[in-house]
Amino acid sequence: MQFDQLLQYSLSGLSTGAIYALIGIGFSIIYNATGIINFAQGEFVMLGGMFTLLFLETFKLPLWAAIPCAIAASTVAGMLFERLAIRPLRQPTPINLVIITIGGSILIRGLSMLAWGKDTHAIPPFSGDDPISIAGATILPQHLWILAITILIVFVNRFYFYHTISGKAMRACSYNRRAAGLVGIDVRRMVLFSFIISSAMGAVAGIIVAPLTMTAYDVGVMLGLKGFCAAIIGGMSSGMATVVGGLLLGVLESLGAGLISSGYKDAIAFIILLLILFIRPQGLFGKAESERV
Amino acid sequence: MSRDLLKFLAFAVLVLLAPLYFKGGYLMNVLVFVGIHTMLAIGLNLLLGYAGQISLGHAGFFGMGAYLSGILTATYAWNPWLAMPLAALLVGALAFMIGFPILKLKGHYLAMATLGMGIIIYIVFNETIDLTGGPSGLSGIPSLSIGTFTFDSDVKNYYLIWSITLGTILLTLNLANSRVGRALRAVHDSEVAARVVGVNARLLKVQIFALSAVISSVAGSLYAHTMTFVAPASFGFNFSVELLTMVVIGGLGSIYGSFLGAALLTLLPEFLRAAHDYDIIIYGGLLMLMVMFMPGGLVRGIPDLFRMLVKGRGGDGHA
Amino acid sequence: MRFRFIQFLAAAFTLCIAQAAVAAAPIKIGALFAVTGPAAFLGEPERNTAKMVVDEINKAGGVKGRKLELVTYDTAGDATKAVQLATKLIKDDKVVAIIGPSTTGETMAVIPVVEKEQIPLISCSAGSKITDPVKKWVFKTAQNDSLAVAKIFEYLQKQKQNKVAILTVSDGFGSSGREQLKAQAAKFGINIVSDDTYGPKDTDMTAQLTKIRGSQAQALIVWGTNPGPAVIAKNAKQLGLKLPLYMSHGVSSKKFIDLAGDAAEGIRLPSGKVLVADVLSNSDSQKKSLLAFVKDYQNHYKTEGDHFGGHAWDAVMLIKTAVEQGAESPAAIRDQLEKTKNFHGIGGTFNFSSQDHAGLGKDAFVLVEIKNKDWVIVK
Repeated sequence: MQFDQLLQYSLSGLSTGAIYALIGIGFSIIYNATGIINFAQGEFVMLGGMFTLLFLETFKLPLWAAIPCAIAASTVAGMLFERLAIRPLRQPTPINLVIITIGGSILIRGLSMLAWGKDTHAIPPFSGDDPISIAGATILPQHLWILAITILIVFVNRFYFYHTISGKAMRACSYNRRAAGLVGIDVRRMVLFSFIISSAMGAVAGIIVAPLTMTAYDVGVMLGLKGFCAAIIGGMSSGMATVVGGLLLGVLESLGAGLISSGYKDAIAFIILLLILFIRPQGLFGKAESERV
Repeated sequence: MSRDLLKFLAFAVLVLLAPLYFKGGYLMNVLVFVGIHTMLAIGLNLLLGYAGQISLGHAGFFGMGAYLSGILTATYAWNPWLAMPLAALLVGALAFMIGFPILKLKGHYLAMATLGMGIIIYIVFNETIDLTGGPSGLSGIPSLSIGTFTFDSDVKNYYLIWSITLGTILLTLNLANSRVGRALRAVHDSEVAARVVGVNARLLKVQIFALSAVISSVAGSLYAHTMTFVAPASFGFNFSVELLTMVVIGGLGSIYGSFLGAALLTLLPEFLRAAHDYDIIIYGGLLMLMVMFMPGGLVRGIPDLFRMLVKGRGGDGHA
Repeated sequence: MRFRFIQFLAAAFTLCIAQAAVAAAPIKIGALFAVTGPAAFLGEPERNTAKMVVDEINKAGGVKGRKLELVTYDTAGDATKAVQLATKLIKDDKVVAIIGPSTTGETMAVIPVVEKEQIPLISCSAGSKITDPVKKWVFKTAQNDSLAVAKIFEYLQKQKQNKVAILTVSDGFGSSGREQLKAQAAKFGINIVSDDTYGPKDTDMTAQLTKIRGSQAQALIVWGTNPGPAVIAKNAKQLGLKLPLYMSHGVSSKKFIDLAGDAAEGIRLPSGKVLVADVLSNSDSQKKSLLAFVKDYQNHYKTEGDHFGGHAWDAVMLIKTAVEQGAESPAAIRDQLEKTKNFHGIGGTFNFSSQDHAGLGKDAFVLVEIKNKDWVIVK
């Protein structure tokens, strides 16, 4: 075991983990505002990548213009999803919400398959692909973009949730929806808001990873699942805890593949996840809650 | 109770007579799978509908039953009738053991943990190539037989599988109406309250989890012997989700609902086939519409719809 | 109530079939392809090609005056569905032969059904175990992966590179390739020093490649289908991996070069001849079929025909040839197929016999290298 190998595993793990973190935060935001686990979150990641491709290739926009367009388009999709699927629900029990978001994700995936076909597509990197060497390990400029954007988003999130009125209102919803409604917060609007933010964030994640992982109509499933794991490890927080959760998952996978067995790397990550849950059922950083009867 | 029994008998007669209508055509084959899926849905419904505990990993138990039966009979030439209960026993024991830590979790943490469990089981199927044949599957599993009579056609399999499915239905109906069923519903409504009145909620949940795994495992064994081939792809996360959908679409906490859900989701692709590439969109859309407009599931939705239609017609008559 | 509904649907359904049967002059051929799902990259060109060929045969007057009718179903790559649909093709559609399925797993699942119902099956998947041992009713047109492995190992042996690392995808295609790579290594004096896998949906393989970089390997063989190998090529470039890279026939299409971009340069892989049809020597017995197929596919679907579509082309043409010889019943078609000799198809020159239902020799593959975003034959 050499130092540069270990460093490479960690660096690779951190950069994949940052993606999981970004997707995980999207899960958490919706969960905190609405109590919904949005299984369609991964599809917004896919939409981000596919819309970028659409604006790049069909409308011939340059990359810097295609990206905001793609984020906007995915956000509109997120709004529509909330308006057409979540809001009209007559009995919003948790299990019905799970099924409806699963139905939604199948539908979005199906529509994308029809619109863009089944092929995988490549997207050009933001700033070249000459590897950068760090003490014998290498990363790509795109990895730096991913890390930087993830950190930026965490800070913007923190500012939003703690220093703006609507952010504070959304936090109020997450603590107690009824009470939030009573003090005059428009809860339904907050739900819509949370879908807007998280679909935009999903799209950002999809766009910044597409140059590395490429994109296709079905990339959302696996990325969504990993993001969900990151959010759970982080105790469904929309801040640093989920970021740590994502990074932890990424590094575990990478070390598992490099040091133990590449075939079992996902199993290793999930076993550790289960152990974490068994020991700390409220997530790695969550505080134990007492149940009210 | 007698009314329940009548209902069951009527259902059983319908099921047993159905082959006369379909006369061994292709739909017969699909109905065999409806039977297997009904068992699976009932197993999950016990957990979800009665005990109120979600599982996103039931395809794992289904797969373990299928693989244990498959490996024991195809590789080690065991008698299938011996392999099946052994598989069920092993799967049940495993579920019982992991049940204790897993069912301590609640809500989405439970969903996550069961999902992780399902994925770990799936990866094991994929990676233990010497044992399971890996991703390209395990073939050469014998059909079931009694003496010299082999269940090798769709009609024979239909009767075999549906008699076991009917048995499962009877068992669960009894369970649901027993002391255990009442205790379960108490746990579903409020675990703390149930504990207060003397129900050992934790043990009960774990027992139901194990029972539900046993039913899934038997369904898996039957699946292996009907298909005579198993591959990991049939037991992935997607199938767990499909099972969950069957239970919810059918109606939580209703045994016949589980049948309806299983039947609908198994037959639906047959009728959507004409729609070609659009079938996945219709499937997703239908799922959403069902939850929106029949939130109680088919078992409550169909009578509602019927009543609405009758009322509507009655209203016209008056006018 | 609910049963009435199902009955109604079933009745409507049988009615449709009955109507089709009234005009039952055409010869019905069934086809099972994974048009959606993870194996869609196989199923889609296969279905397109099969449809195209059947249409053309019919336009030219059919076979011996009878039209062909192709009944295709989408298996979505799912073994359970494949078995159900095979039953449907046999029992409801009453086909005389079945083409497909697209993947080895599905084919293995379908084999017991066709063996029992005695309907010839021409599989379009690569797994060697489909026809080894020989099954009476089962043939295949996709080149065995054992041939692809042999092609790479032969070349490595010539290059005196005897320590290799393998990195295979953990699905049916990859595990079948891995099995062959491990089985044949000793025969070519090759030592596998590192054996790793990756998941079909994985997005970063630098961990595996870092491990391989630290091993003694002189060459790396990657066995997978898009997009995984393209990610690996990019990752290898990122890490500055100096090993020569070999890939499987699973990525022998232009799509791979598009995806991997510059990282594809210098990669070698075994491929069916369809990729290099235009530069084959005129004496090559397959050239005529190859050029016809490539041109045809281009005209119909505006993209390049790949060798996956070729598997379906071969399967339809084999059945057509059998019917031309007078075979009409499933049993007669099977017997005729087994007698096929010197059939110059897309996948290679087929010679079936009672001992060999795969029918291809080593010449079915050529080793190609990617140079300037195009294919060059490696001598």
